[in-house]
Amino acid sequence: MTETTATPSSPIRVLVAKPGLDGHDRGAKVVARAMRDAGMEVIYTGIRQTPEMIAEAAVQEDVDVVGLSILSGAHMELFPRVTELLKEKGKDDVLLVAGGIIPDEDIPQLNTLGFRGIFGPGANTHDLVKFVQDEMAARKHKAQG
Amino acid sequence: MNTEFISQIQNGSPLAVARAITAVERGGAPARELCRALFPHTGRAHIIGVTGAPGTGKSTLVNALAKEFRAREKRVAILAIDPSSPFSGGAILGDRLRMQDLTGTGVYIRSMASRGQLGGLAAAVADALVILDAAQFEIILVETVGAGQSEVDIAKHALTTLVIEAPGLGDEIQAIKAGILEIADVLVVNKADRDGANAAVAALQMNLNLNPNKHAWRPPILKTIAPTSEGVSQVVDAIYKHTAYLDEHGLRAQKERARFDDGLRALAQREWLEQKMHALPPGQWDAWLAQITQRQRDPYSIAQEVLAS
Repeated sequence: MTETTATPSSPIRVLVAKPGLDGHDRGAKVVARAMRDAGMEVIYTGIRQTPEMIAEAAVQEDVDVVGLSILSGAHMELFPRVTELLKEKGKDDVLLVAGGIIPDEDIPQLNTLGFRGIFGPGANTHDLVKFVQDEMAARKHKAQG
Repeated sequence: MNTEFISQIQNGSPLAVARAITAVERGGAPARELCRALFPHTGRAHIIGVTGAPGTGKSTLVNALAKEFRAREKRVAILAIDPSSPFSGGAILGDRLRMQDLTGTGVYIRSMASRGQLGGLAAAVADALVILDAAQFEIILVETVGAGQSEVDIAKHALTTLVIEAPGLGDEIQAIKAGILEIADVLVVNKADRDGANAAVAALQMNLNLNPNKHAWRPPILKTIAPTSEGVSQVVDAIYKHTAYLDEHGLRAQKERARFDDGLRALAQREWLEQKMHALPPGQWDAWLAQITQRQRDPYSIAQEVLAS
């Protein structure tokens, strides 16, 4: 130990949300739980989220990561709207991660939108957690020069 | 201190307020500087605590209260606290799930993890309240973690404390027990459409009868059905009656004084400990812990040593 209380450090804050009209959120809950168990603070807003709700929550909660999970196939309509609103609100510095059912051919476009990690069915939660931790560590390192 | 950041907070910019709360959660010198700069601009917010056992519907009620205050043209912020895992330090903050229809209404909602703090709040709550107050929110609703019988810290911060009950959670004996009921300024029996609501009200009434309070304010007992906002407007009326009572009897200043008596103590302890820990040689703390666990030395004399260091 001897990490004194004077050392500024805080858990990674993540917003986990399901945009659109998906009916269930088991996958998103599994992901939320895995992130919590890795020491992250997960703001869980569940199903039926509009892009407006997601962007507003990301701003108010000052999250480091926004994780969107979608099964309905509406990602190419909803994800760009989310990134657009985040930019509008000045919160475009977040790490964007996506999960659910996303066809391979959509991935390049999502990458252009700023989605760094895309985790489909069968993805391991360990890999997801590690990806987020590594990305955040790299950003911190970069910020400190 | 960055004056532009300070004025953005004072103007209530959600982005600036959010970053400021992250800074105070992180603590240390930047948090102190921020709170110092903002404190002179505080003192106008009405802080309302909302506490009660898990499952009584606190989040849904907070959502309904926020809507009612918005309808009365108040600027509203919500601090919702959930427990951190004692093992991983992580947390799932789910209160927002029940506050979905506040999107776009201008209500600022912030979820906080308790980060190991007992008593139903997070350590940074006092500082987060400074930020929200300075950001000119008129009503700040603070939702505690699902509280049992001893999570009473909220009453130290709030001008008005709501204790939420729900039917069927306990018998009369639970209602007679000390602790959380004694901090109530307003008692709410939520989920009043369920069986046993009247029995819950009666049990609380009896408890109030048995316990002629230290001051003359008798907490009203109100029934609500939060998802439909039934009874919520009456709760807000009761909150204003309570503050009017405090003002009539000169009790507001007394409450403020008690709040800062507690706050200043906590702050002085924290600052002192930070300074002392910082000054210790590396490894000293661990060495002491080893000596204590092996019963070679006792924590009492080591505490004296820290004090003298």
